Order: sequence, then C-alpha cells, then structure tokens
Amino acid sequence: MIKTDVVIVGAGPVGLFAVHQLGIIGLKSEVIDNLDKAGGQCIELYPDKPIYDIPAIPVCTGEELTKNLLKQIKPFKTNFHFNERVQEISNQNNNWIVKTNKNKIFSSANIIIAGGVGSFEPRKLPLKEAEKYEEKSIFYSVRDKNKFKDKKISIFGGGDSALDWALELSKTSKVTLIHRRDEFRGSEHTFNEVKKLEKQGKLNIKTKFQLASIEGDKNIKFITIKNDEEKIIKIETDYILSFFGLVMKLGPIAEWGLNLDKKHIPVDSEKFQTNKKGIFAIGDICTYPGKIKLILSGFHEAALAARACFKNARPNEIYKFQFTTSSKEIQERLGIKTK
Amino acid sequence: MPKITYIDSQGNEKIIDVKNGLTVMEGAIQNNVPGIDADCGGSMACATCHVYVKEEWLNKLEKIEDAEQDMLDMAFEPKKNSRLSCQIIVKEELDGLVVNTPSKQT
Repeated sequence: MIKTDVVIVGAGPVGLFAVHQLGIIGLKSEVIDNLDKAGGQCIELYPDKPIYDIPAIPVCTGEELTKNLLKQIKPFKTNFHFNERVQEISNQNNNWIVKTNKNKIFSSANIIIAGGVGSFEPRKLPLKEAEKYEEKSIFYSVRDKNKFKDKKISIFGGGDSALDWALELSKTSKVTLIHRRDEFRGSEHTFNEVKKLEKQGKLNIKTKFQLASIEGDKNIKFITIKNDEEKIIKIETDYILSFFGLVMKLGPIAEWGLNLDKKHIPVDSEKFQTNKKGIFAIGDICTYPGKIKLILSGFHEAALAARACFKNARPNEIYKFQFTTSSKEIQERLGIKTK
Repeated sequence: MPKITYIDSQGNEKIIDVKNGLTVMEGAIQNNVPGIDADCGGSMACATCHVYVKEEWLNKLEKIEDAEQDMLDMAFEPKKNSRLSCQIIVKEELDGLVVNTPSKQT
C-alpha cells in the first residue's frame, strides 16, 4: 500500500499544477492517469494547437505547457502511475483507500479528481457485433504485431496509426486499409509510402467505404464494407484493427457515490470539495455557479483545493500562508539554495 | 432569433431559438437538447457534437474546413451530410435549419 497525503486522479495541466500547489505547502502526492504520459487533453487532443490565455504566457502549445508544468514540479519528485485507472475507492477511518485497475492500492486523507472530461479510451467500432470479437479478432491498439503474421487484416482509420500499421503489417500480412474519404489526415510521407505499396499490389486501399457488417462465429470470417452509393464489398478478414482516436469516458468515477450533474461533479467554490469529505474535484470535471472551463480556472481551483487538503492531511498542524518570493521553507522545498 | 430544429435518432423534434453568433452546438447545450455531448467545449478536438445537416441546408453553411473533416473521421457513423455543430455559427440566413443528431456520439 502506498501512503501519501493526496492522490491526484488525472495528469493534465490542472492535475500537474495541483502537484505544485501541494508541494510548496509540504504535501506529498501520487498521480494516476489512464494515458501513457502526462498532459491530458493538451497532449492527446491538441499538442500542436496554440493556447493564448495562460497568464503571462502570450502563446504556447499544449505540449509546451505540459513540458513547463513538468519542469515546474520536478523538485517534488512526484510518482506518476500511468496506464492506470482508479477503479474503486472506500473510506477507512477518515482515510481514502484508492484501488487501480492494476491492483495498486493507495491510502490517503485526500483525493483530488482532476480528470478533465474523464479517462481517454479508444473509440469503439459502431457495430453491436463488434463487442463480442473485441480483444479476440478486433483490436484498438497493437501490442504484439507477430499475432498478425500471415493473416488477413482490415485496418480502419485515416490517421497516422492506421497508416503506420498498414505500412508495417503489409510486410507480413494481407492488409486492406479502409477509410471514409479519399483524404488521409496522417503524414503525407507515410501516405505516399502506402500508395506506393498499393501500386505494387502489396496492400489494398478502399476509400469512401465504412464498415457495414462483421460475419463469423468464434472468429471473424469476413466483413462487408459499404459506400455512400450503397455499394457493398465483402473482404475476407481474420483481424480488424480500428483507429478512430480516443473518446473521454467518466468511467468508474461515476460509481463512487459522488453527486453528479451530467458528466460533471458539483463542488463548493471555497475548497472545491465534492459531497464527500476529502474528495475534491478541479478543472474541467468540476462544476459550480460561474464555472468556466479554462486551464487558468483549473489552476486557481488547484491552489484552493491544495490548502483544504492540508487540513485533512495534517490535522494537528496549522496552515500558514506564505509567498514563494519570501518563504525560505517554500524555497527549500523547491530546491532553491537560499543565502 | 433564428429557429434551429434538432431531431434525435428516435425522431423527437426540438425547435430552439438560438441567438445569432452562437454555434448550433451551444444552442443545444444551453437548452438541454440531448444528443450532443460537446466534450471538448467547441475546440474542434473531439467529434462529439456531430450532427447530420438536412440536405437542403448543406450548401448554405460555410464550407467545411480540413480540420473539421479530420475530426469527422472519428465521429460515430459519419455520412456525406455530417458536420460538427460547434463549427456552424447561427445567423439569420440559417433560420429554419434542421439538424439530426446521431444515435450516439461515441
């Protein structure tokens, strides 16, 4: 069991800044995120899009913002638990016990949910029958490419993942790449490579087509695809790989007994505490009168929630407000040598 | 104020007065029209405000940008008349616009 002062759910910008605000007041935190890296939506949805409303930073990209936040919290040597999702929580003697889907267990007086719009998960194929083949004949990511050797693979999608895997797997398998339009949004270079292979007859491309049906018993035997003119093509298929990006799902948080307002968690605007003592929600996932979904609002919420966490984590100590400019204590925590 | 008609996949119709300058997505969210999620809040990053625009209105809309097309690749069952409702800005000429929401957004 990992003991800490605060478990932070979500490593997006607001979760990262919460690490900072907790760190300077002397609280330890552990961060859990379902993605494989920090940054949340900033990294996953718009790494290259410029952001213009971070105070004192006229412009930066989602990726730059994430990098700088990670730099800012480096002194606190925080543990990140990536590719993990918080599964369940329970309360024991005013302490929250947090369990992840990989059976890691944390014990902490506080939980800060900085979960954005939920955890990122692959967007599933729209057909009902797709579910029963999932992880058997249908995959949303590739863990072991050897599985696909000498098989017939139908790849769906128009982005880099679809193009990259079409290219890679066509070396050892019979690949059909299927996309809803002629234009691919993946890199032009990869697309040209894929086109070259098509000309050489090493790979098939079907554009303006979408999945219509999946046929098989235990395993998939063939699929049919359909275009706007209702033309249907049958393709013998052993495996489907589908790359339609990620969606955000609130996931198990919905089962924690917190009050919910649609996909948001209502909080007070003093501590950003939920209806459960010691559980806070900050950033896009929280709601209160006047809430604005801006990163800068999330930073403010992080600062206030962090102070509220102090009282739970150190019930016998008195919290003393200090400035980073003048407090030796804070500067020590930041690893700054003072005279 | 332009009237926008939202029809869900079951055929239920909601007619909403939407102020000029708001997006069709905002018109839905502010008036609790179901069927539009808008997870990313209108930054064209999620494809969960996907709608089907009634054919006769398609050419009255601003031309679709590449970035919107790219996002629509990810949408649930995109069709020829698919658009992201966060990219349709309401104006007088769009009074009477009809959009259908898909059976689900993700």
